[in-house]
Amino acid sequence: MSGPHGTLPRAGQVRIIAPGPFATVQDLGRPGLAHLGVTRSGAADRHSLRLANRLVGNLVGAAAIELAYGGLVARFATAALIALTGAPCPLELAGRGVGMYAPIDVPAGALLRVGVPERGVRTYLAIRGGLDVPAVLGSRSTDTLAGLGPPALTAGVDLALAREMSAPPVVDLAPQARYPSTPTLRVHLGPRDDWFTDEARSRLWTTEYEVTASSDRVGVRLLGPALRRRITSELPSEGLVPGGIQVPPDGQPVIFLADHPVTGGYPVLGVVTARDIPLIAQCRPGQRVRLRPYRRASTPGEDGLLEGGDASVAAV
Amino acid sequence: MSGPQRAAARVLPCGTDALLLEVATLEHAERLYLRLRRDPPPGVVELVPAARTVLVVVDRQRTSLARLRQRVRPLIAAAGRGEPGGAEGAAIASAGPEVTVPVRYDGPDLAEVSRLAGLTAADVVRRHVQGRHRVAFCGFAPGFAYVAGLDPALALPRRATPRTRVPAGAVAVADTFTGVYPRSSPGGWHLIGRTDLVVFDLERDPPALLSPGTSVRFVEADPAAGEHP
Repeated sequence: MSGPHGTLPRAGQVRIIAPGPFATVQDLGRPGLAHLGVTRSGAADRHSLRLANRLVGNLVGAAAIELAYGGLVARFATAALIALTGAPCPLELAGRGVGMYAPIDVPAGALLRVGVPERGVRTYLAIRGGLDVPAVLGSRSTDTLAGLGPPALTAGVDLALAREMSAPPVVDLAPQARYPSTPTLRVHLGPRDDWFTDEARSRLWTTEYEVTASSDRVGVRLLGPALRRRITSELPSEGLVPGGIQVPPDGQPVIFLADHPVTGGYPVLGVVTARDIPLIAQCRPGQRVRLRPYRRASTPGEDGLLEGGDASVAAV
Repeated sequence: MSGPQRAAARVLPCGTDALLLEVATLEHAERLYLRLRRDPPPGVVELVPAARTVLVVVDRQRTSLARLRQRVRPLIAAAGRGEPGGAEGAAIASAGPEVTVPVRYDGPDLAEVSRLAGLTAADVVRRHVQGRHRVAFCGFAPGFAYVAGLDPALALPRRATPRTRVPAGAVAVADTFTGVYPRSSPGGWHLIGRTDLVVFDLERDPPALLSPGTSVRFVEADPAAGEHP
């Protein structure tokens, strides 16, 4: 996968000159294996991954690069079509400024520099055809908790391109995702809301929680008034879902993201609605979030982009 | 145990795409999982069994949680109408595929387990070998199986201080379960032996040898086997 520094990457390849703070390859993950102890993983902000793939005409399951806090420098051996979505970063291609949320033609040999996002955490770089790293259990995603999939990107790595594309893209500009400074996440109560005191349940809706620095692809760890339990006995481990708000004994909630453990032994008070998971995946340490009960009436008028559907998901 | 987990079987909400089915016992959860696995309702993408629950995740393009709820209600009720206790576990064990795990019983905790159980080391081995085991569920790490059916005399709380590194292939007991560490990891179970059997292999399909419902037979390995370089 890697080649010597200084030389050009081979035709059809992309060389990572600098990965930035944390860059991984991600697709839509490995669904259908949780009963074997393998979590789904995949892009933390699946909406942004889908959008990036759509902008370059890739299949929905093509692999792209997920950057945390930007910072990537990459050289393209061959002309390519790329798009960046998610946390907005300043971009420079062959020394000239280019924009996010639109397809970009990259000339052969060009250098792409991704700056630091002014808001949000995760930026997605899709390249037409998708990345061709070896798939593990049907996915090219890095699962940071289980250690499955390719290692995080490092300087000098050459990435080959696959041919997971459909017709040339017709979309030439997508609306930029908004990242409010204090996002509101809609929450479905349960499965274990009855394990908490009435006070804890009302506190959930009335307090702003702060995102802490120990947040990662496993989960976003929040800081705020402790959520106390009514039932203090041990909960037998049970299956977890992304968006699940788990409350460990210290009462500080964790909202699970893509690399969450398959099962957990602390009660899950509620689950962030699927459409709002991209929002929490883009929250930075120090930022505050509000949680609100999910109401069906609050959904109309949203664009269809957030729920592209998972046609690629295999049946059990 | 007290509180809601003691309550009758019920369907709990679990976000936009899932329901958590809760039943009264491990055996009920196993049977419910195996029923769902054999004949999954339309649109199911993930089934996650655990100690008292089965998590069912669906693709909402293909079904709705309301429809899923309808489909699973009678199954939950049926899962609760089984033979009681041990007979039920044995019935589950005899229904699934079988995997034989050859074990060298020389684990660093074998003496401690014998002492805590009030048995000789040979008795611990005998009871482990004679058990009718089956995989109840997986978790903790890819391919880590919670194998049920452990002889009650060997049921011990996990170690007060977990080890930072347990080698791959370690055969262990804790609580009411036994298991095999699929790869080197931290771990708090009591190590009674080791096996050369590779229980999780990314190159294999399916990757996990010990999947839920699999019947597991531990046998004493030929002491000479695996000793040569």
